[in-house]
Amino acid sequence: MKDKHDTRRRDFLALLARGAAAAAVGGVVWGHAVESGSRAPLVLRPPGALAEPDFLGKCIRCGLCVGACPYDTLSLAVPGAAAPVGTPSMTPREIPCYLCQDIPCAVECPTGALDLSALTKDDGTGLDVNRTRIGLAVVDRENCIAFWGLRCDACYRTCPLIDKAITIEHSRNERTGRHAMLAPRVHAEHCTGCGLCERACVVEKAAIFVLPHDVAQGAVGNDYIRGWESGDENRLDSPAPPAEQDDPSGGALDYLNDGELDGG
Amino acid sequence: MASRLRDLRYLLPRRLVQAGVLVLLAGGNLWGWRVVQGNLSHSRLLDSVPLADPFAVLQLLAAGGMLTVDALLGGALVLVFYALVGGRTFCSWVCPMNPVTDLANRIGRNRSVARARGTVRMGRGTRYGVLGLALVLSAILGVPAFETVSPIGLLQRGLVFGAGGAWFAVAAVFLFDLLVHANGFCGHLCPLGAFYAAVSRFSLIRVRHDHVKCTRCNDCLCVCPEPQILELVGQASGSVLDGVCTNCGRCLEVCHDDALRFARRDAALSLDSGGS
Repeated sequence: MKDKHDTRRRDFLALLARGAAAAAVGGVVWGHAVESGSRAPLVLRPPGALAEPDFLGKCIRCGLCVGACPYDTLSLAVPGAAAPVGTPSMTPREIPCYLCQDIPCAVECPTGALDLSALTKDDGTGLDVNRTRIGLAVVDRENCIAFWGLRCDACYRTCPLIDKAITIEHSRNERTGRHAMLAPRVHAEHCTGCGLCERACVVEKAAIFVLPHDVAQGAVGNDYIRGWESGDENRLDSPAPPAEQDDPSGGALDYLNDGELDGG
Repeated sequence: MASRLRDLRYLLPRRLVQAGVLVLLAGGNLWGWRVVQGNLSHSRLLDSVPLADPFAVLQLLAAGGMLTVDALLGGALVLVFYALVGGRTFCSWVCPMNPVTDLANRIGRNRSVARARGTVRMGRGTRYGVLGLALVLSAILGVPAFETVSPIGLLQRGLVFGAGGAWFAVAAVFLFDLLVHANGFCGHLCPLGAFYAAVSRFSLIRVRHDHVKCTRCNDCLCVCPEPQILELVGQASGSVLDGVCTNCGRCLEVCHDDALRFARRDAALSLDSGGS
C-alpha cells in the first residue's frame, strides 16, 4: 500500500517536472518569437495609433481600420512583412494616407489602439485630422533635385498642409550664380506623416519619405532650454527649482558697508 | 441519396456556416457589404453590435491595456453565446482551421498513414498548459502572445483580407496533424480550443447517448477527434459532459443505431433504462 502511494507521488512529481520543463522550453521559444516579431521600428501605423509598445498591446488584429479605409492605404501584415503579423500599417510610396476628415480608420478601431482622443480638437467639438502624427517626412538633400538647383516642388504642392508642414526656402544658386534654389523644408510641428509628399516625389526612390518619429527625431532632454522662448522650461520633466533668493535680513555678511556712510 | 445526405446532415451545415462567416466578413472588407465588418478577432455586426474573440480580449487584458467598452462587450457577447451553446462549437462550426484538421484526421485514419506517423505523444491536457503560457507571455511581453503566432489568425486574415501567408499556416497544421501527431493541433495544442472547452463546463447543448440502442460498433469512437470523451458509449446512457466536445455531430452521423443525438445537457447517468 505504501509502495503504491510512493509510486503515485513519484509519477505526479515526474509529471510536474515534465510540465515545467515543457513550459520553460516552450515559453522561451514562443516568447522569443513574439518578442522578435514585435520589433519593427520602421513601421508606419494608421492615424491616432498609440506609441508602438502600447499599440501592440491593444491591437486585436481585426482589420476594421483596413476595411474602413476608402483608399486601401492600410493592410494587415502577413508573415515576412516589416510589421508584426496581423497588425495594420501603410507604405506611403504606394498608397499614402489621404487624411479623411472623418478619420474612419480610427473611428472604427474597437480597442482604442487607434486613439481618438489624440485626434480630437482641444475644445472637444469634433475630430481634427490634422492632428494625425503617423510619422515625420524627412528630406534626403543629396538626392532631392530641388537641392541640385532643378525646379521641382512636387512635394510642396501636394502637401495637404502646404506652407505649414512643407515650406519652400529660397537661396542663391552658387553654382550658376544667377538662379534661385527652391528647396523644400519640413516642419515637424505641422507634418502629419500622411506621405503624400513621398508618393509625389519624382525621383526613382523618394528623396522625401516618412519615418516614425522615434527614428526621425532626436531629443534634447533636460540639459538645454531655449531661454529666449517663454515657457520652454515647461517641457522639462521636472522643472529645476527656482534659484534660492538671498535673504536680505541676514545670511551674507555685509562687511563693506558697516553703516558709517548711512545718513552721513 | 437520402441516406448519404443523412450521413452528412451536420457536416454540410458546418461547412456552410464556416464558409458563410468567412464570405460575409470578406464581403464586408473587400466589397463593402454592410452585414459584418472585421474578422474573427473582432467584428461589428450590422454596423452596431461588437463581436470579439474572448480569448484575444483576455490576452489584451493580460497584456495590460485598459480596454474599451466595445471590446469588452464584444468579448462578453461571444463568450456568453458559446458558454450556453457549447464552447467548442466554435471549433467545428466556425474556425477555418477545422476543415484542414478534419481532412488530416480523415486521411490519417488510413493505416499506412497512421503507421508512417511519428511516435510523439502529448497529453490531452497540453493545451491548457499552452493556454496558461499564452496568458503569462502576454502579461510579460505586453503583446497578445497567441494572436502573434496563431495559425488560425493567419488563415482567417488571409481568407478575409485576401492577404498571403495563410497557406503556410494551413500546410504546417495539416502536416503536423497528418504525420507528427494525430489531432495534434486542435486536440492537443490549440489554446483557443482549450479556452472554449474551459468555458463550456455548463453549456446546454450536448451529445446524448442511449446505451440500450447502442450495438457497440465503435464507429463513433473512430470518427471522433476527442474519443476519450465518449467513454460512456456502450456503458451507460447520458450526456457527454466534457467541454472538449466540439458538437461537430460526426458521431451522430456515423451512428446508424440512433444511439446518439443532440439534447439538453443532463448530468445524470443511467446504466439500465434506455434514456428518455
